[in-house]
Amino acid sequence: MLKIENLHTEIDGKAILKGLSLEVKAGEVHAIMGPNGAGKSTLSYALGGRPNYDVTAGSVTFRDQDLLALDPHERASAGLFLGFQYPVEIPGVSNVQFLREALNAQRAARGEDPLTGGEFLKLAKAKAGLLKLDMEMLKRQVNVGFSGGEKKRAEMVQMGILDPKFAVLDETDSGLDIDALRVVGEGINSIMRAPDKGVLLITHYQRLLDVVKPDRVSILAGGRIVETGGPELALRLEDEGYDAVMADA
Amino acid sequence: MPEAAELERPTIRDEAWRYADSDFIASADVALLNDWRTISVPAGETVREVQSHLTDDGASGMVDRLRVHVGAGGRFEAFVTLGGGKYQRAEIEVTLEEGAHFEFGGVTVGGGDRRQEFVTRTIHAHPNATSNQVVRAVHWGQATGNYLGRIEVARDAQKTDAAQNFRALLLEKGATANAKPELEIFADDVLCAHGAAIGQLDEQAAYYMAARGIPPHLAKKLLVQAFIGDAFVALSDAADREMMLERALEQLEGTAL
Repeated sequence: MLKIENLHTEIDGKAILKGLSLEVKAGEVHAIMGPNGAGKSTLSYALGGRPNYDVTAGSVTFRDQDLLALDPHERASAGLFLGFQYPVEIPGVSNVQFLREALNAQRAARGEDPLTGGEFLKLAKAKAGLLKLDMEMLKRQVNVGFSGGEKKRAEMVQMGILDPKFAVLDETDSGLDIDALRVVGEGINSIMRAPDKGVLLITHYQRLLDVVKPDRVSILAGGRIVETGGPELALRLEDEGYDAVMADA
Repeated sequence: MPEAAELERPTIRDEAWRYADSDFIASADVALLNDWRTISVPAGETVREVQSHLTDDGASGMVDRLRVHVGAGGRFEAFVTLGGGKYQRAEIEVTLEEGAHFEFGGVTVGGGDRRQEFVTRTIHAHPNATSNQVVRAVHWGQATGNYLGRIEVARDAQKTDAAQNFRALLLEKGATANAKPELEIFADDVLCAHGAAIGQLDEQAAYYMAARGIPPHLAKKLLVQAFIGDAFVALSDAADREMMLERALEQLEGTAL
């Protein structure tokens, strides 16, 4: 579903990803773990087409399309969702307006009819309920005045409403307390666990992986995938740390 | 009206005209430049002006000077968009009696070589009067948006509460914004808040929108709408507010942005 081959990226002329290859099949949750500075966030932004994250070599094929040839908004319409480590505040724009514009822009790009205001609100209410986020929060400005945990839950509500085929979630668990972590994890399961969907889950901690059980786990270090295994790899990392596991690799 | 010869032609050496279009004021009818509309708001009453000055004609000029007297406890509100012409100037001079209020929301929006400006003079002549001014400028190309806001608080105008806030969004290199707050305060128990900021479009917010599927032109429109919306927050008539926003945003359409 997502195939990354030999990906190289630069930010301000500095090489970050140095030949990263990775494949995620439909129906899979693939966790990426790795030490600080390994390039995890760079990977998510490169996939999302963020300006200044220049891809200098390699290819990314997403659902039989050349992902790198698409503009960021076209990647979203093609079914890619990028969960931000630091969700952005947009003063003056409400979540409802933002998400309705986003969903209808995606639907238009796919040749589908727009949702009416009523249809949209019904959908938003259902997804907010799933993430235990008060509907009143969605009437407020995008992420403005939200706590860290509320921002992450709001991201997952966005994911629920946009219903992507593939989600790249960059440290969605950071800033969450234990209860919120479970709510978010279960949200990911309910929205993204399907035979025709896939998830790339970037995380530092086993705790999220206890809820969202990964099919595959890869270690990203020095701009490359250095090891890939099953869920047991994450448990070993938790016990032994990156240095020990990577020394064995 | 007096003979044209007796009227003085302003020049950009005059403080209140310093950012004006010098070609326009040199060539415009001097009577027009000196013409003041007047409004008198009776004590305890409210008068509201809602105006959009929009023309596609990039050659013409517009000067609207308005002198308002607000009686005790009265309220004058003006919501104005300048979105056309080569030079547009809306000038408002307001004198507030005791407990009166002046509310102003202004938007300048334009590209090309347009020059649009608000010039306000708010005179707190008596105690307990309040004023609030919010001006937003959105420009691209070589266009210029100006706000000159003068607030005068007389010696016995205690408990004055005056605020003015100006923010400019420059969508392209080459666009300009000028802000000139001017406070002259002779009373000692007053609140006078003023703020001015000039910036560019929030690229992070634009990317966040793109990552959710919103194409760049729509992202820009939403961000500009949010930005200028501040100027019309105090406009209590929802239909008017909607119309003002729409008309201002229409100016963005057809631009290469």
